Amino acid sequence: MARYIRHACAFCALLLAALLANAARVQVVQSREYDGNPANRRGTIARYQQPRGDILVDGRPVTGSVDTGEQLRYERTYADGPLYAPVTGFSSQKYGTTFLEHTEDGVLSGTDPLLAPLPLWRDVTRGRAAGGDVVTTLDRRAQEAAYRGLSGRKGAVAAVEPATGRILALVTSPSYDPAELSGNNEAVTAAWARLNDDPEKPMLNRAVRQTYPPGSTFKVVTAAAALDAGVVTDLDERTDSPDPYRLPGTTTRLTNEGDGCADASVRDAFEWSCNTVFAKLGVDVGVRDMGAMAQALGFNDSEVRIPFSVAPSTFDTSVDRAQLALSSIGQYNTRATPLQMAMVAAAVADGGVLRPPYLVERTTRHGGEPLSGSGARPGRQVMRPATAARLAELMAGVVREGTGTNAALPGVLVGGKTGTAQHGVGNTGVPYAWFVSWAKSEDAPEPQVAVAVVVEDASADRGEISGNGDAAPIAREVMRAVVGG
Amino acid sequence: MTKAGSTLAAATVPARAVRLPRRRGIELSLLVLAVLLSVYGYCAVGLARSGTVPPGAVGYGAGLGVLALFAHIAVRIRAPYADPLPLPIGVLLNGLGLVLIYRLDLETPGDRAAPTQLVWSTLGVGLFIGVVLVLRDHRVLQRYAYVCVVAALVLLALPILFPAVNGARIWIRVAGFSIQPGEFAKVLLAVFFAAYLAANRSALAYTGRRLWRLQFPTGRVLGPILTIWLVSVGVLVLERDLGTSLLFFGLFVVLLYVATGRTGWIAVGLLLAVLGAVAVGRLEPHVGGRIEDWLHPFATIEAGRGPNQLAQSLFAFAAGGMLGTGLGLGHSILIGFATKSDFILATAGEELGLAGLAAIVLLYALLVERGYRAGLALREPFGRLLAVGLASIVALQVFVIAGGVTGLIPLTGMAMPFLAQGGSSVVTNWAIVALLVRVSDSARSQYDGREAP
Repeated sequence: MARYIRHACAFCALLLAALLANAARVQVVQSREYDGNPANRRGTIARYQQPRGDILVDGRPVTGSVDTGEQLRYERTYADGPLYAPVTGFSSQKYGTTFLEHTEDGVLSGTDPLLAPLPLWRDVTRGRAAGGDVVTTLDRRAQEAAYRGLSGRKGAVAAVEPATGRILALVTSPSYDPAELSGNNEAVTAAWARLNDDPEKPMLNRAVRQTYPPGSTFKVVTAAAALDAGVVTDLDERTDSPDPYRLPGTTTRLTNEGDGCADASVRDAFEWSCNTVFAKLGVDVGVRDMGAMAQALGFNDSEVRIPFSVAPSTFDTSVDRAQLALSSIGQYNTRATPLQMAMVAAAVADGGVLRPPYLVERTTRHGGEPLSGSGARPGRQVMRPATAARLAELMAGVVREGTGTNAALPGVLVGGKTGTAQHGVGNTGVPYAWFVSWAKSEDAPEPQVAVAVVVEDASADRGEISGNGDAAPIAREVMRAVVGG
Repeated sequence: MTKAGSTLAAATVPARAVRLPRRRGIELSLLVLAVLLSVYGYCAVGLARSGTVPPGAVGYGAGLGVLALFAHIAVRIRAPYADPLPLPIGVLLNGLGLVLIYRLDLETPGDRAAPTQLVWSTLGVGLFIGVVLVLRDHRVLQRYAYVCVVAALVLLALPILFPAVNGARIWIRVAGFSIQPGEFAKVLLAVFFAAYLAANRSALAYTGRRLWRLQFPTGRVLGPILTIWLVSVGVLVLERDLGTSLLFFGLFVVLLYVATGRTGWIAVGLLLAVLGAVAVGRLEPHVGGRIEDWLHPFATIEAGRGPNQLAQSLFAFAAGGMLGTGLGLGHSILIGFATKSDFILATAGEELGLAGLAAIVLLYALLVERGYRAGLALREPFGRLLAVGLASIVALQVFVIAGGVTGLIPLTGMAMPFLAQGGSSVVTNWAIVALLVRVSDSARSQYDGREAP
């Protein structure tokens, strides 16, 4: 009998060994697969188990975390939520993350490998590093000035530092409080539904995710192409431009808001925003050079990341001459985000060098120890420095004595360009008011800020006046905040 | 090992009773270690959850310590030669079980199971002490074999009169307490099987007709086997209790094999088990569903209905990895309603990791091995079969439930010995440990120098 007892014992041992082998399969061999199963809530729970790192503006956090004691424990809080919403985005237990909360999620939630000093040890212990912080390039005063300037009207502001590409302000209006989407309860669901159904689209990031016809502000691009291509050599020479201008190959007549545009010099035409002169100029430059300049300045680039993606601005290059004429004054298929137009102004201000814009200065551990450095990338010479200098001169003229006088700041050199964009079926919509500009205080070695402002529901619909009347004062306050004028 | 070897050993070593060391001191040290480990686990839960040692830690340690001490004293008085391992293993597993249940109670503030479990554990240790004190010689049980089987069948049949709970008809509710009578039936059946097979093993092994190379037993001998098969299938069908029927049948086949030494029994047993399982799996939707879940644990996820309990259990084990999340830091509560009972091992797997799980399985393996060793050392067939039967119950239970929750075999509703919430189970397993202590005391006090106990 003893022999059979041993056999039975061996059988029991075999059963228990099979258990351990199978446990090893589940817990070690296949654990990653099980961990990654979307129905496994552990990833979500672990994600909210610790306070999230913060997003900093001027060294002060604009985000926070609150312990709810629930299963998804820490919820996001926002200081000045609506002000920074287009930068921070939201972090919601229910609806995920957007903008910096999304692109910097690894650092903020603590999963970024850079945060783990001993990655192998973390794999063994399955621990999670404390969330790191994201330091933004934003200038608090510029951001506040822009938000205050829009004062709830539909529109957006983007401001960059020309010499570096740092984004100083990114504002959209009307905005929303991302704190409303933190958490997992009924109120969050209700807020989500309300924000999505709101016809004002408060969650739309108008500064980077909405494109507008840039209207006359695009004349900066057209002028740059004309100067770079040598089509225009003397800004003060009379051009051969009829008023009204019959679009090539059509019977459509293009007119101007004001008088005195017939055969006007480029300087006068720029200062008084003559559509006829620039439409013809675009046609004279040709679609190849116009397209090349637009592209060099960032149009038709769907890869722009700041680090979240920016909606591509477009300049259509498969156009006939009539369409090219309209495209050259920022109509037809030409569309731009406010950030794109700020980049155009920045390139002019920075001697023709375009710096890719970026929003994250650096990421750090929670204690401030740096993880990764500046998001600055090398600039590119997109137009001849001489071209940039002459364009800067033209833009300064607009503010000094042209259509953009509302942007003037005492003791500060300001260059600008107004714009009014027709839109809607048969151009029946209230036109968008644009203003793009840059500013350099007298004692500064180089321009400190380039701004683009768009106001959707401009109060006046009388051409350039709305650009100067509605958008320019907002740009002025943003520039004042930066240069300290 | 071989016949020649044992003859030689018998020749060189005189067949006299050799007094083995009693090893009670070792048992006491191991008990202290077991209690300390449990208290440590209890404190670890508190520290992980609230950063403080839980206020009940001293009381918990004292309670467990007093229980262990009384059991130890009973063993010292009435079973001084008993194997020093089973009691500490029982205390450690029971203590760890209480820790795990207490830990899961924190997730379900409205439903605290640990206090009830502590009451049942006390009853279980009380039963242990009672058995050790009262049962002077395990051979007495042989006389009550038929009383045992009748009692077992009555206990098995009782729940049929009560409503099903969560799909299985295995509970009876008395005065607010729910009892699983099938749990108690296990021990009674082990006693009966051991007695029946000890009495009839020659007839089972050597009679009957021979077909080709297989020797078949006579109908008279086959009868009980078919009866047991029918009972286990009946349990499966009427009570939808896959685990219990598997356990009965496995236990019987193991004992039959040990008693008769005929490999053919294993083949017949497996064949009958497969036949029964396939038939019931086809006909009985509750059991069929379990098999379906086992084959496709993530089918409900793919169907958009979210993870089922088995998938949640697999997630929990996977989350534990090698070293586990640490006590109190896992999320096995996501498994749902049977977390504290059938799925308690998933909490162990998640929070203690493969390392902790292996330690737990090895504790069971050690308990099983000590049972088998006692069986080997005994000279009379009833004691041998009883020890083997009790050890096999532990091994089979562990295999069936742990295999179920880790996806090795279809899931069955069964309690992990000592760990799981469930009064009947705790009491039964303490009875098993008591009988093992009793049997090992006989084996070691009558040690004749041939088979090391």
